[in-house]
Amino acid sequence: MTLFFHFGRYFLLIKRTFSKPEKLSVYWRQIVHEINNIGITSLPIIAIISFFMGGVITIQAAFGFTSPIVPLYAVGFTTRESMLLEFCPTIMSLILAGKIGSNIASEIGAMRITEQIDALEIMGINSAGYLILPKVAGGILILPFLIAISMFLGIYGGYVMGIATHACTSYEYIFGIQAFFEPWKLWYSFTKVIVFAFIITSVASYFGYFTQGGALEVGRSSTNAVVYSSILILIFNFLLTQLFLT
Amino acid sequence: MIEIRNISKSFGDRLVVNDVSFTFEQGKTNLIIGESGSGKTTILKLMVGLHSIDSGEVLYDGKNFPKLPEKEKQEVRQDIGMLFQGGALFDSLTVEENVRFPLDMFTAMSREEKNERVNFCLSRVQLEGRNNLYPGELSGGMKKRAALARAIANNPKYLFCDEPNSGLDPKTSIVIDQLIKQITEELNMTTIVITHDMNSVIEIGQKIMYIYKGKNWWAGNSKGILKTDNKELIDFVFASGFMKEIYDAVKNKD
Ligand SMILES: Nc1ncnc2c1ncn2[C@@H]1O[C@H](COP(=O)(O)OP(=O)(O)O)[C@@H](O)[C@H]1O
Ligand SMILES: [Mg+2]
Repeated sequence: MTLFFHFGRYFLLIKRTFSKPEKLSVYWRQIVHEINNIGITSLPIIAIISFFMGGVITIQAAFGFTSPIVPLYAVGFTTRESMLLEFCPTIMSLILAGKIGSNIASEIGAMRITEQIDALEIMGINSAGYLILPKVAGGILILPFLIAISMFLGIYGGYVMGIATHACTSYEYIFGIQAFFEPWKLWYSFTKVIVFAFIITSVASYFGYFTQGGALEVGRSSTNAVVYSSILILIFNFLLTQLFLT
Repeated sequence: MIEIRNISKSFGDRLVVNDVSFTFEQGKTNLIIGESGSGKTTILKLMVGLHSIDSGEVLYDGKNFPKLPEKEKQEVRQDIGMLFQGGALFDSLTVEENVRFPLDMFTAMSREEKNERVNFCLSRVQLEGRNNLYPGELSGGMKKRAALARAIANNPKYLFCDEPNSGLDPKTSIVIDQLIKQITEELNMTTIVITHDMNSVIEIGQKIMYIYKGKNWWAGNSKGILKTDNKELIDFVFASGFMKEIYDAVKNKD
């Protein structure tokens, strides 16, 4: 029952979010602000995690592939495939759901309980559009770039750590990351990223927007935002994978 | 002038506003008083459309706001200024940006005109030179004043203030009250102030509605309050022993 209630209210909110902006110039400024807020501030954590995970995957692959039938370039190939297909688009999105989702939900939630949203509504501003649209648009615009950087750094991390630990040689790794490359898989990855960006920003906005009560409830909204957007990411990851890869 | 006619509102099965009618006059500070939880904020939110109304009419200079088409509602909204209980300043904007916000959204003013208007409003509430502070850096009284500056930025015809002096010391309260009264007269606005501060009631109550359990229980002005026989109103206004003495003194003088 409550599930239907949340779905219904979520879709109504999304509908209001995407209806008639008052003044486009103001929105554009907000979007740029959100790109910075969501994107640029997430770069350090993305960079660190991607680099080290790329490194670890490379070492693990080299450790596992001891059989003489497996060619030496398989290490680079494995790192590339796992980075491009799953690690960067999905796991990074889950991490960002934690960082961005809690940030958005608590920001909007705090605005709700301090009547800032009412203040917008009174002025005759569509508060859903004004607050949520720039976050969703900003997220969808910037997440693909963040994930692209994550992919690059992950593969680079694999290279650096692979060489440093003698897990593979430079030549094999570089050959491996170029082997059997199928560009359409990038479509699959980036479609996922865009869907996940929408889920993270809109679900977090939803929980923030309908916060009721005080500071405690803002914290709860923030937790709910992370939990539910993570679950939705996993579900959509499964659905999109079925759709693209079978 | 704003007229409410027989407005009612329930939350679930609780009737919170029960068939309330009143006329709020232009150029005057109209007060809504009553205990907390009696439904004052709800009445205000019904009037401005933040809550949907169950039944009744809210007439802004004759136009029934809840029934207007969305476009005309929008026009009325742009004539409304509201001072929220906690100020409701936008945290991510400076004082100046807060005050300029309605101008940015709704006017075609040039940058200079906006700056001029912002500085006028800020000086009007004695916050000149505080343009670049953030709400987090303001005291309670300054927040209320900044919020008042934002509420009047776009020259509203109607000003709503929800407990403008709750949480303030008596001196600052009086400053805010006087500001609201002066600005109301200057701009000839229809101003509605929710309060349970008795100083305000006596000082600025030109027209008063007393809400008791969601009903319009008594109406009049500050002089009338001092002479009332309404039991609930006496209990509310003269709750403290000190106020009771004042009441008796005034009563005995007649
Ligand atoms: N959004 C709401 N949902 C349910 N009940 C509400 C809501 N807003 C107010 N109430 C209830 O209505 C009553 C009147 O509240 P309110 O108008 O805020 O009182 P006042 O401003 O006079 O202190 C309170 O009992 C409050 O719990
Ligand atoms: Mg109230």
